[in-house]
Amino acid sequence: MEELLAVRAASRQVAGRTLWRDLSLAVATGDRLVIDGPSGSGKTLLLRSIAGLDPFTTGGCEFRGRTQLEWSMPAYRAQVMYVPQRAALAPGTVLEGIRAPFGLGVHKDKSFNPAAAEQVLADLGRPARLLETDTSNLSGGELQSVLLARALLLSPAVLLLDEVTAALDPELASQAEQVLISWSQVGERGLLWVGHDRDGQSRMGTDELRIGKVQ
Amino acid sequence: MNAIAISDLQLVLAASRVLISLALSWVLRLGLGRDIAISSLRMVVQLLLVGLILAWVFSLQNPWLVLGIGLVMTFLAAHAASRRPKRTYPRLLLDSFVSILISALLLTSLVLKGILDVQPWYLPQYLVPILGMVLGNALTGVSLAVDRFTANLDAGRAEIEGLLSVGATSREAAHAAVRDALRAGMIPTLNSMAVMGVVSLPGMMTGQILAGADPATAVRYQIVIMFVIAASTALGCLMSLELAYRRLFDSHQRLRIDRLLVRS
Repeated sequence: MEELLAVRAASRQVAGRTLWRDLSLAVATGDRLVIDGPSGSGKTLLLRSIAGLDPFTTGGCEFRGRTQLEWSMPAYRAQVMYVPQRAALAPGTVLEGIRAPFGLGVHKDKSFNPAAAEQVLADLGRPARLLETDTSNLSGGELQSVLLARALLLSPAVLLLDEVTAALDPELASQAEQVLISWSQVGERGLLWVGHDRDGQSRMGTDELRIGKVQ
Repeated sequence: MNAIAISDLQLVLAASRVLISLALSWVLRLGLGRDIAISSLRMVVQLLLVGLILAWVFSLQNPWLVLGIGLVMTFLAAHAASRRPKRTYPRLLLDSFVSILISALLLTSLVLKGILDVQPWYLPQYLVPILGMVLGNALTGVSLAVDRFTANLDAGRAEIEGLLSVGATSREAAHAAVRDALRAGMIPTLNSMAVMGVVSLPGMMTGQILAGADPATAVRYQIVIMFVIAASTALGCLMSLELAYRRLFDSHQRLRIDRLLVRS
């Protein structure tokens, strides 16, 4: 199996407190790694560090054999994509919000296909008319579906998923899980999963990493 | 030009008008009495002092002295500009100083040499008031622009990091925040240009006319000054935003919200 992403001997301190240290993990093609740990153990910070939005205190991570620092960050993040539990979209319609990243320099060789957007939303159990909704009127659950759809349409190699089904009702949540599982089984793809729901973890994970032992 | 001189007695007469404000404050129980008295006193002392300093500078006609005064004025403007934004970051004062200095230097020298062709270039009767007006407006623009930019980053963090995480460069992710902040910095200047002469008679023009200048000449000076003010405000805002952007995003295309401090 080809290794996609690896974190080596990483640690993170916040205000003098060590959240995790000597942390290593690897994600190969088809892997779905569940990150588990008590609340406050730095799961979100780990995903954000892998995405390059926060620094590692020591150690670092590699994607396709090159360290994060060797990559140009936009190219790296276009492939190792972080999907937060909550994010905001610029004012406008959902369609504009989903299309916006295709206007970025790093995605200029990709073209936005509205039909594909409708399809992804349908797979996530959302009607096509959601595309016409104003982003400020989205419920928490709808926003999660939209952010997930936006990430999937940009076809990254690794998804860093931070509680992305937390605001979805159980039916939509399991639909989203199914979409992500089948997504991970095609081509060279893998994902990291943070989610507090035990059943969700066991459905999603091919492997598990526990972090944040009390020091 | 011969202006009617204002005698000491007449100044005292004018100062007595402040009693009206004081009486109002007392009658309406506004509790502003102390503030009004202190502000009035400060204004009088500051202006009298400046009058003395300017008279001295004008009489010496020394380029180094004029430049020194200009630098002190610029520093005071930068200091005022950096104190106003609600959120600050390390070295905001330096950034404000650099952007105000460069824009004021460029535009003031353009007027003195390029447009008016003042001989010698450091003639303080021209340099000091023109620089003062340019600084005053640049300082307002810079403080408004930086205030808006840092507020945008703070409030828009989720949106900006959302863009970064799908592969935006920090410049792409900051674009909307910068554009909005630039607009905020330019609004006072654009507004005052739009109503100039109709609603407000600008201070410089009023002063010139009161001092006996031909209104047509005063108007021409005002037009030159307004364009210079607009250009220096735009330049000052742009530079301060570029510098703030470089402090608040790092070379790994990360938003460094941790560098932002909210002033208490």
